[in-house]
Amino acid sequence: MTLSRRSLLIGAAAAGAVGGGGLVWAYRLRHPSTDAPPGSPPELNAWVQVRPDDTVVIRIAHAEMGQGTLTGLAQLVAEELDCDWNRITTEYASPSVNLERGRVWGGMLTGGSSGIRGSQEIVRRGGAAARLMLLQAAADGWSVPVAECSTDQGIISHGPSGRRTTYGAVADAAGRLDPPRRPALREPTQWRTAGRPLARLDTADKLTGRHVYGSDLRLPGMLAAAIKACPVFGGTLAGFDSGAIAQRPGVRKVLQVGDKAVAVVADTWWRAKSALEALPVRWNEGPNAKLSSADIDALVASGLDADDAVAGLEVGDARAALAGAARRVEAVYAYPFQAHATMETMNATAHFVPAAGDAPARCEVWAPTQAGESALKAVARASGLPIGQCRVHRLPLGGGFGRRLADDWLQQAVRIAKELPGTPVKLVWSREEDMLHDHYHPVTQCKLRAGLSADGKVESLHMRIAGQSIVIPGRPDKLEDRRDTLVFQGLKPEGEEAIGYSLPHLRIDHALRNPPVPPGFWRGVNLNQNIFYLECFVDEIAHALQRDPLDLRRELMRQHPKHLAVLEAVAAHAGWGKPAPAGVHRGLAQGMGFGSYVAACAEVSVDDQGQLTIHRIVAATDCGHAVNPQQIEAQVEGSFAYGLSAALYGACTLKDGRMQQANFDSYPVLQLAAMPAVETLIRPSGGFWGGVGEPTIAVAAPAVLNAVFAATGKRIRRLPLAGQDLRRA
Amino acid sequence: MSKRTLHVNGQPREVEVEDDTPLLWVLREQLGLAGSKYGCGIAACGACTVHVDGVATRACVRPVSTLAPGQKIVTIEGLSGDGSHPVQRAWAQLDVPQCGYCQSGMIMAAAALLAEKPRPSDADIDAAMSNICRCGTYNRVRAAIHRAAGAADSRRAAIAVEHRGKDLA
Repeated sequence: MTLSRRSLLIGAAAAGAVGGGGLVWAYRLRHPSTDAPPGSPPELNAWVQVRPDDTVVIRIAHAEMGQGTLTGLAQLVAEELDCDWNRITTEYASPSVNLERGRVWGGMLTGGSSGIRGSQEIVRRGGAAARLMLLQAAADGWSVPVAECSTDQGIISHGPSGRRTTYGAVADAAGRLDPPRRPALREPTQWRTAGRPLARLDTADKLTGRHVYGSDLRLPGMLAAAIKACPVFGGTLAGFDSGAIAQRPGVRKVLQVGDKAVAVVADTWWRAKSALEALPVRWNEGPNAKLSSADIDALVASGLDADDAVAGLEVGDARAALAGAARRVEAVYAYPFQAHATMETMNATAHFVPAAGDAPARCEVWAPTQAGESALKAVARASGLPIGQCRVHRLPLGGGFGRRLADDWLQQAVRIAKELPGTPVKLVWSREEDMLHDHYHPVTQCKLRAGLSADGKVESLHMRIAGQSIVIPGRPDKLEDRRDTLVFQGLKPEGEEAIGYSLPHLRIDHALRNPPVPPGFWRGVNLNQNIFYLECFVDEIAHALQRDPLDLRRELMRQHPKHLAVLEAVAAHAGWGKPAPAGVHRGLAQGMGFGSYVAACAEVSVDDQGQLTIHRIVAATDCGHAVNPQQIEAQVEGSFAYGLSAALYGACTLKDGRMQQANFDSYPVLQLAAMPAVETLIRPSGGFWGGVGEPTIAVAAPAVLNAVFAATGKRIRRLPLAGQDLRRA
Repeated sequence: MSKRTLHVNGQPREVEVEDDTPLLWVLREQLGLAGSKYGCGIAACGACTVHVDGVATRACVRPVSTLAPGQKIVTIEGLSGDGSHPVQRAWAQLDVPQCGYCQSGMIMAAAALLAEKPRPSDADIDAAMSNICRCGTYNRVRAAIHRAAGAADSRRAAIAVEHRGKDLA
């Protein structure tokens, strides 16, 4: 997802920034955290606190949802701080305190594979500043020049005299010093902690059931809520008969929430959910009551040849060149709605405390969220209280994948809690509710047309994307207002999501077609379909020209050396060009997204019954710098599992205005037995910071589908693969 | 609603709930054992996996009334008490969990598999490990099961996880 760079700009602001730009605040003298208990040791700065026992507390602004960002950020701070890695603990920075301190931690939004690359500079400077303050405090205490002192993993030494002390011993004095403005940072080539494949900091509790997720939270006096919103998109609640469930055990309240939903609050979630299932409910199904996937397909397809498209990239005149081409290759592709299906369903716990005496009303929420600051604003909106009277406690996430950037479920929890003032209420969505009320991966189709010369040169390409925008709702009247740059991820002329091909004539445009189904950021966002469309079509061109797919790509990618490098790496490692084992066929794909260059080579077999086996995928990523290689490997594998789930099995389809998939029985996902072996080549070429959590997701499906074509002669242009006949063409 | 005594993690525990309450929710909401998770409610995902008399059981569809008195229930909290079960140690060595939400069930399923088949083949692992993981930890799960069994994982190169200053052997 293309993030606003505002949080980075705050971090990079020069010392003369007006109005408390983030960098200046970060180095201002310690500010007692308003969340810290009395007697807490003072902080060195917003990022680092050192306790007398030498424990280092590192503050983490971003969300940990399995992607390893918490550990990676701690490594970057520890690298600059030069502390003992085994004496580290982490603490989530509070969105409220961030607001009170002028956003000293910068932005907290965790998405777009930007947790590390978006904040690396500000967190490293935090660690570096803290180290300089500790050194200065030790030097002052010894009355020696600071230049004669050095650090080593939490120990400070004075060379000439041999005196030593520890960070914990001088932390108090260090916290009273003026922080350095812009401390120098260590080069990645000097790294001793960052860059290492260190074990994560947050694994132990996940092995023993002690890791507390939002759905596990227990507070004194807490009640539990289950909720059901109208399953038809755009429909509303007409009524319900609470009398029918009033005698059920544990039920405390039945209430309407907003205009679409009804909730049951009970002493346990099981009782709330069971009661809700037994509750008679009536819906106003609204204008979309008869909407089906066929209707949506037709709506989207209407954009494929329409005139109302906005160009994202234009070189030369592709349409004219196509008209005059000696030969044309043309195809239409489609990518369906997908569900996030985080293992932990949406949930939030809210506590609305009314005003009493001099104490104003307040609202506290405990929730897994990818966007702490947005969540805090949502609490204020839903509670009607000033933001200063709201608090969000950030909890670890049982998966995010973009779904927990939104706050619909969080606002529901606050609304319910407001109806039970003084009582904490934990709202948990059932799996069905979660899948029927997702913010789905958007639906699109793509018509690609390539023009070839008589002597086999690829001279023109027109790529028309038709379909849904995540960021532009409806259909604004003015064409310019229908320009969605996010739609062109992986297809841009330059920058972090640049296309890896150059052609004399190239046009990539988008015709906005929005069905009334809520879209959201789904891991990989628009890179998923764009790289599927392009990489499978480039193989179609290769086939039409009877060229090797790697060979053709080399020709078209001459001006894109970093894209080509990762592609060459996977091809070489997989043995492209050398015979594969009997029955095994290979396919390639490459792309750039979220700042990183990625490629994959898949090896598959298809038997006579059309049964697909994916044996192995060789993946490569150039993410610039690699903070934790073993976690990068985990993310590459994980992204393949998520992306292949969607490509092989998953699609969300509509009938009668509602999604037909409500649980894993109707929305199957990849399981262990079907997970291919993955070999990950990490090839950081330095000089930039690329993301890790998402980019590789986009190359898995096209590599597999290109291999399927090699195996069967069958060209798959529509996902999922399930239900399509792969017996040899 | 009935009072009954369940044998959980080596202790008798008395609960009073409706007969059709699934064991998962008794564990989570009556007994304070939130390590077993809710992922689907239809036994499709395995996040709720516990052991009943040593057998891996999806607790979300097991009404508490179907448990005979004396049946021994073990949850993730009771697998070892201190993370020392060979599966937990292998999981730590290979840093298996990502978000971790599915891992209680995954670990319980793996422990039950190894109790039955101390040296499982890849086919045995395929058949037994149908737990869903959306983060995609599957290849490390497989490698960790082999490691817990004292075997090598032939499908992949060794995972290099640095446990700085800690001996996890």
